[in-house]
Amino acid sequence: MNFGFTEEQELLRDQVRKFMQGACPLSTVRKIMATDDGGSRALWQQMAELGWLGLVVPEAYGGLGLKWVDLTVVLEETGRGLSPLPLVSHTLAAVALARCGTEAQKKAWLPALASGSTTATLALYDEPNWIHPDAVTLTAKNRRLVGSKPFVADAGVADLFVIACRTEAGLSLALVPRDATGVAVALQPIMDRTKRMGTVTLDVVLAPDQFMALADDDLAYLTDCGAVAVTAELVGAAEATLAMTTAYAKQRVQFGNLIGKYQGVKHRLAEMFVDIESFKSLLYYAAWTVDDAPHELPRAASLAKAYASDAAARIGIDGVQLHGAIGFTAEYDVQLYLKRTKWARPAYGDSDHHYERVAALGGL
Amino acid sequence: MDFELSASEEAFRQEVRDFLKENLPPPRERGPNFLSEWLTKVRAKRWVGFSWPKEVGGGGGSIIEQAILKEEMALAKAPPLGMSMMGLAWVGPGIIQYGTDEQKQRFIPDILDSKVTWCTGYSEPNHGSDLAAIQTKAELTADGKHYVVNGQKIWTSLAPWADWIILLTRTQFDVDVKHKGITCLLVDMKTPGVEVRPIENMAGDRHFAEVFFTNAKVPVENRLGKEGEGWMVTVSALANERSSIGEVTQLYDKLDTLRDLVKRSKKNGQPASNDQSTRRRIAEFEAKIAAMKYNGMRYLTKQLKGEPLSSETSVNKLHRASLEIDMDDFAVALSGAAGLELAGGAEAVDKGKWAKASLGWPNVVIGGGTPNIQRNIIAERILGLPKDGSD
Repeated sequence: MNFGFTEEQELLRDQVRKFMQGACPLSTVRKIMATDDGGSRALWQQMAELGWLGLVVPEAYGGLGLKWVDLTVVLEETGRGLSPLPLVSHTLAAVALARCGTEAQKKAWLPALASGSTTATLALYDEPNWIHPDAVTLTAKNRRLVGSKPFVADAGVADLFVIACRTEAGLSLALVPRDATGVAVALQPIMDRTKRMGTVTLDVVLAPDQFMALADDDLAYLTDCGAVAVTAELVGAAEATLAMTTAYAKQRVQFGNLIGKYQGVKHRLAEMFVDIESFKSLLYYAAWTVDDAPHELPRAASLAKAYASDAAARIGIDGVQLHGAIGFTAEYDVQLYLKRTKWARPAYGDSDHHYERVAALGGL
Repeated sequence: MDFELSASEEAFRQEVRDFLKENLPPPRERGPNFLSEWLTKVRAKRWVGFSWPKEVGGGGGSIIEQAILKEEMALAKAPPLGMSMMGLAWVGPGIIQYGTDEQKQRFIPDILDSKVTWCTGYSEPNHGSDLAAIQTKAELTADGKHYVVNGQKIWTSLAPWADWIILLTRTQFDVDVKHKGITCLLVDMKTPGVEVRPIENMAGDRHFAEVFFTNAKVPVENRLGKEGEGWMVTVSALANERSSIGEVTQLYDKLDTLRDLVKRSKKNGQPASNDQSTRRRIAEFEAKIAAMKYNGMRYLTKQLKGEPLSSETSVNKLHRASLEIDMDDFAVALSGAAGLELAGGAEAVDKGKWAKASLGWPNVVIGGGTPNIQRNIIAERILGLPKDGSD
């Protein structure tokens, strides 16, 4: 039995952490936040060269063929550094292609995604707070897709949209290149500028090989993968918040004492630690189930995302609150983490959704 | 990451299962001698004190085997492996680590054979959480043969029927640090000058007591460890607690009974299982228990790799504390006023089981260090925040 990471995984973690600290520190993150589209081609290319864009893509299609536990290690570290690069949405698009695509579709698209020559994103639901097959309403008739998809992750930088829709054959995923005629992207003013979202407006006629069948359990699987990925980034982001706030409590003096000496402060920090440890453990198990026990993924993913959604949002708020007024300033970094935790809360299901699912899976 | 067991570990699990199949009949088929026979059998298997070295009569079980044994026992709802609860939990480990050969020969077999009940004399009227500040005094007689003990302990669980007490005393008062000058003694409860006054708790039980010491003479050979080093003996014995895997299995079991209660209950005139907030509470309990399970596995993995566990076990202690309080409380609240009825009430839910249990949590929650102490431990030892208090 070994519920820990291998030496290779620890090396990978080290590599990503160094990349974030060296190539994408928060000063750089802020520069990317200030751009119009929210991306950085140069950094994305560096990530591609390190193999991270095709981490879980099978080797036969140009990826590294690693597992979700490895991906979790990477995402914890990109989350810790608040990476604005579209690694999660791009990976999910690749996972969707690998799961739902025909052999020809996989051959056509996956190598380009793994190499980073194409940046992709996955867009599933049309409702911002409803995780259910019925929440996919965008419809294609006779292969003509008309309507719009809201809250598409990283819409500013994606070259390829993998979009859930309804067709005569049932639920499907449409492969829509950004440069196709009849595709328009409008970024939405989302509070977290490290996670840009946009509305994709469509009036396009697609070829038959631009559709993939999407069974209900595929949709659930992709949603669960999304929940795992978002939770992995949340672990890193929450740990960074705790580290910043703890460091502040060790140097800020009020009433003649370091504030970290007061139980009102130190106990809240201890509770943050308890929560992070806990949703981290739930996450690791969920990540392991993706490849090694997929029948347990729904419950494991829901437990992790349910716990993390609320606990991390609270950590984001209290990280700012425990800093006092300085934490409220735009200049101070802790507020960026608050925004990230708010962004992550509804992503791939909030706690209400996932706890309800846990209750149902438990027989209630 | 993998959750596979080695062939020998699997074989051990099978051995435990076979044993349980053979020796654990359903409750209604158990005869009057069942428990004593059970204790003899598990003792013969060396599963009592399973983690202890074989030289002292323990089982020499590996960390993984201990986890397997605990899990299988909990899954089968088996009786405890030995009745000397505190003897097995920390008195025995303390004696194994710090005791003389004579002490090991004298005390360990009785603990393993469930012949003696131990209690723990740590807290005093003014020193509960702040354990190192104790004042119970032990003075060496002029001939050096005895300690004479004077003072008072309180909240001493099991004292009303304990045979022995592991006692923290102060042998030196002029110390620069309060953790110094503390000496640990093993005291026969029948010693003249030891008086037990049970205290009724809020559930109506008399499990704990005040214990008074008036010129109680304790032979010097009953001192555990060196004079003045009792704090170290205590701390390392308390740190002996290992994985929480057995607890987790029990909590999952309790969650099943809660789900069952929800399915049988109504709320607002409708099945309670349709009530959204009820469903969410059950799921939140499951998330905490699952977190304990996987936290425990991560910590177990650390131990297996030979890495020292720092204070991470406080994480699961905090979860356990909140679950101990909240699960029974949830059951009581679910039934409204009927949830308040104790045994004998016409409307009592499950014969008042939940009502009674909802008053029993301090045993677990306060006994092993209050939640605020656990938060201090995490804040100071893991996060490195400054200590509060006078030291």
